Amino acid sequence: MSALLEARGLKKRFGGNEAVSNVSFVVNAGECVVLAGDNGAGKSTVIKMISGVYTPTEGEVHFDGRLITGRSAEAVRSAGIETIYQDLALADNLDPGLNLYLGRERTRRILGLPFLDRKAMRRDAVDVLKSLGIVVPDPTLPVRDLSGGQRQSIAIARAIHWQAKLVIMDEPTAALGVPEQREVMALIGRLKSQGVGIILISHNLPDIFAAADRIIVLARGVVAGERRPSETNDEEIVRMMMGATL
Amino acid sequence: MTDTTAKNKTGALILRSLLNGWSWLFLIGILVFFEAYARIQTGDTFLLRLYSIQSIAIAASQILLLALGLTLVIVAGHIDLSIGFTTGLSAVVMALIIRLIGADAGWFAVIGGIAVGLFAAMVVGLVNGWLVAILNVPSFIGTLGTYGIARGMALIVAGGATVSIRSEEARSIGNGDILGVPVPVLIAGLLALACHYVLQHTKFGVHTYALGANRASVERAGVDVKRHLIQLFVISALTAGVGGLIYTGRFSAGAANAGEPILLYAVAAVFIGGASLTGGQGTVIGTVIGAFIIAVIQFGLVFSGLPPYWQFVAVGLVIIVAVLVDQSRDRLLQGAGP
Repeated sequence: MSALLEARGLKKRFGGNEAVSNVSFVVNAGECVVLAGDNGAGKSTVIKMISGVYTPTEGEVHFDGRLITGRSAEAVRSAGIETIYQDLALADNLDPGLNLYLGRERTRRILGLPFLDRKAMRRDAVDVLKSLGIVVPDPTLPVRDLSGGQRQSIAIARAIHWQAKLVIMDEPTAALGVPEQREVMALIGRLKSQGVGIILISHNLPDIFAAADRIIVLARGVVAGERRPSETNDEEIVRMMMGATL
Repeated sequence: MTDTTAKNKTGALILRSLLNGWSWLFLIGILVFFEAYARIQTGDTFLLRLYSIQSIAIAASQILLLALGLTLVIVAGHIDLSIGFTTGLSAVVMALIIRLIGADAGWFAVIGGIAVGLFAAMVVGLVNGWLVAILNVPSFIGTLGTYGIARGMALIVAGGATVSIRSEEARSIGNGDILGVPVPVLIAGLLALACHYVLQHTKFGVHTYALGANRASVERAGVDVKRHLIQLFVISALTAGVGGLIYTGRFSAGAANAGEPILLYAVAAVFIGGASLTGGQGTVIGTVIGAFIIAVIQFGLVFSGLPPYWQFVAVGLVIIVAVLVDQSRDRLLQGAGP
């Protein structure tokens, strides 16, 4: 089986600085790959090259059998890669249904005029969230009234509702309490079981070991090593993050 | 645990509806107050006569024509101060065009005046949109600039004077009525309906709310935010422009300062109606209530024979109450919400 995503020899130079060099890895369907590394290790630069925000200076990204290097962020999204940023990019004053459909709202015609179909969008949101094991107490409330974990789940629901095959998550548990962190971890498990590939960015060791099928450690812009959680431990990962290549 | 959250939730719900509905209660309150005052003082009714209702509705519709488009701009997290003189510019331009074509030309002259007047307003809206969306000028400052430019242009084209016209057709727009409903009220009502539809029931409206809450949310959803902002400022300028056309009809003259006295009332009506300076909140219905509150205060004071200057004090107080309610909304709901 060929990989869902394959990054080959990615390099990004900003002016004279080489932020990332020769980064290669694969992500299979239904697999969670963690990009681990300290601040400034190049994790964000790598995912931005995949999501189309940056064009790599060198290297290629293949997704679903096609070369997607150099495509715009919009084109990468419609190819099936969704990125969930730390700030989630939700409209806090709108309900989950409208957030799910933002930019692609459903309408129905009354006397020839298009009207938003708020009810249908809300119903779909409740369904998608339920498939992720999340129950929102009152789906008519704006998402600002939801918990951090529920808000995260809406951002994830938006990704899978639009048939994303690969979801990139940037530090999804950074702003959450412990129970909500568990919720997000469980959510990642469910996404995997639905065959979605995941790239998780994290420097939180418990998260890394809880979620990862494979851990790719970046240090100073290069891959310091790749491990399966069963073959390694906290100490080794930390050492690799600090730049001791093994 | 679930019990207390459920209790908190109903508490939050009641609190929310109170905070959102206070302007309705306030409007009813001042109507009752003026009615009681009139009955005690003169033994006569204040509200239950056609003249009062028409006067209040006309005053409210003047405010509304500036406030309707402004509501959309404020929901998106911006402001448009230029509307005060966009109104004046379109009033003056309409009057000049009618003069130019000749009032003898009847409806032809009036429709020409309306078209060019609205075009002048639209230009101001496009400039505002260009400043805010393309050049990233903060809207408060950008539209303060175009406020001055529109004012100057209106005075320049009018030669610093009021441009009077003698057109029966124009007069009928400002002073006519259909089945007892004054034409300006009818026009403002239809525009309010249209703006309500746009804000509550269209994609454009949802994107406006989302833009006010979090620009990144709409940008990442693939919405062309710049285009959206330009459209908002054009809508705002056009409703203000309609206000100018009605002014010229009402007074058979175009004046550069037609909208100036109403600008602050229009801004006030939007905030009394539940909008927030930070954006993401506010409704057209709220703005309509806000405009009526101000109109009732204006007319009620005149009717009761109190010095009319009290209207400034009263409206000022209502604005402060509105802001306090808006501020406490977040705090109170955070305490009570889940």
